[in-house]
Amino acid sequence: MMERVSYDNDEAPRIALIRRHSIATRLTHWLNVLCLSVLLLSGLQIFNAHPELYWGHYGADGDPAVLTIGSAGSGDDLRGFARIAGVELRTTGVLGVSSFEGAPAARAFPAWATIPSFQDLAAGRRWHFFFAWLFVINGIVYLACSFLSGHFRRDLTLTRHQLSVRHLWHEVVDHARLRFPEGDEARHYNALQKLTYLIVIVVLLPLMLITGLTMSPGIDAAFPWLVDVFGGRQTARTIHFITASLLVLFVVVHVVMVILSGTWNNMRSMITGRYAIRDGGRKS
Amino acid sequence: MTVQLFTRRRFLIGSTLGASALTLAGCDVLEHNEQVGSVIRSAENLTMRAQRLLQGRDARAREFGETEISPSFRVNGTSRPDSEDYAALVENGFADWRLKIDGLVDRPQEFSLADLKTLPSRTQITRHDCVEGWSAIGKWTGVPLGLVLTAAGLKPSAHFALFHCADELEKTLDGSGRYYESIDLIDAFHPQTILAYAMNGKDLTVGHGAPLRLRVERQLGYKQAKYLMRIELVDSLGAFWGGNGGYWEDRGYEWYAGI
Repeated sequence: MMERVSYDNDEAPRIALIRRHSIATRLTHWLNVLCLSVLLLSGLQIFNAHPELYWGHYGADGDPAVLTIGSAGSGDDLRGFARIAGVELRTTGVLGVSSFEGAPAARAFPAWATIPSFQDLAAGRRWHFFFAWLFVINGIVYLACSFLSGHFRRDLTLTRHQLSVRHLWHEVVDHARLRFPEGDEARHYNALQKLTYLIVIVVLLPLMLITGLTMSPGIDAAFPWLVDVFGGRQTARTIHFITASLLVLFVVVHVVMVILSGTWNNMRSMITGRYAIRDGGRKS
Repeated sequence: MTVQLFTRRRFLIGSTLGASALTLAGCDVLEHNEQVGSVIRSAENLTMRAQRLLQGRDARAREFGETEISPSFRVNGTSRPDSEDYAALVENGFADWRLKIDGLVDRPQEFSLADLKTLPSRTQITRHDCVEGWSAIGKWTGVPLGLVLTAAGLKPSAHFALFHCADELEKTLDGSGRYYESIDLIDAFHPQTILAYAMNGKDLTVGHGAPLRLRVERQLGYKQAKYLMRIELVDSLGAFWGGNGGYWEDRGYEWYAGI
């Protein structure tokens, strides 16, 4: 977010276009959208090969599972279920059993949620690991640019004022009422935005990578302590799944907020870099 | 300004929708495109180089304690090779079974099961990670592969150890469903790479690959070939079956299965 102001035109001096996102932020943002989309959908393809999650070092058929997505019955009676910590939910149509090429098929996640759509673990893995590399390289570029340009310090660090309970509560109430900052306040991220982006950038995305690597027997040989950090490969796999779910939740909220606070303005700022604000501070 | 804004807006909306449609529906098409396929596949080489760099030659897979062994160890792939020859071997307790070591070696070898058991052995409790995602922990006892390869004497042109197995995982007329695997010499001479004849303190069962299976502990389950019959030292993998160095590799899986 840069503070260079340029006026739209003379007739409408109250709308100012500020340069909000640097070229590095914009490029890495959209590459990240591509990477996370493919990683999620190919990840569900991989999950479908063994749709059960465990806790600890080992886990296979018959071992106690944290989550199971499966199917029971056959023919017209084929029904899907998801069992989480012993509680079974009927999920026919979406999880466990869903339509594939016109017929009900026993598969954990449905065809529209996997890459490729048909069951192919080998292909899912190839897509997953290619885009995992792209995700890592893209992430390194983003982190390097953001540190060097001062993006983190300037735009994402919470001010002392923003960190007060009173202020945070005030923002929560404003968000709940769909009242978004305007004028000078809109020049900067609010505290909830900063906190959310920091959690995604510093916690969730790195956790995805590290839990993913902990599932690799090759990486476990290179860094044996990784397995201990999570308490086992199967725990790491479960955390990988939970963290992915949290990222999906973030994306849903993120997209909803983008729409509610001005789809076009937000989209333009992430594509061209320019963001329109009502300029309250300067008069011509 | 308004007009420009409008067209740009439409362009943005259109391109966003187009991009998501491409991602969701187009991947199946891209998956079958050879050029895209080869770009996607290039990650495998990168992964292998990165892991080898981080591991060094001798980094070991984690070993566990007796109490951490899985209560049950899933039998995967073939559970009993379906051939008369194999049935005959089982019949007399593998007394007639011989492991052949040949190809690019100075002194081709033949070992009986009893021969192998007289050689120095290694026991390790390790985690078996299936490519599907599940894991099981078991205790393996066997002869370090490096030991028998040294006995055979490798020719300088030998780059891979190719493992011929007794089981056919897929029934085909041309025999291309026969299980086989291969590793390079870095893994072949790794201290934890063993030819295992015992699991959890007992002779290997038929389900787990009797009389002998490979353990390559830094890679996934499909590299742990069961029902070993012959180890052939070769300079390249292209001439065997599908040319990718293994049964699952010929069916799209990575040859380097470290992840």
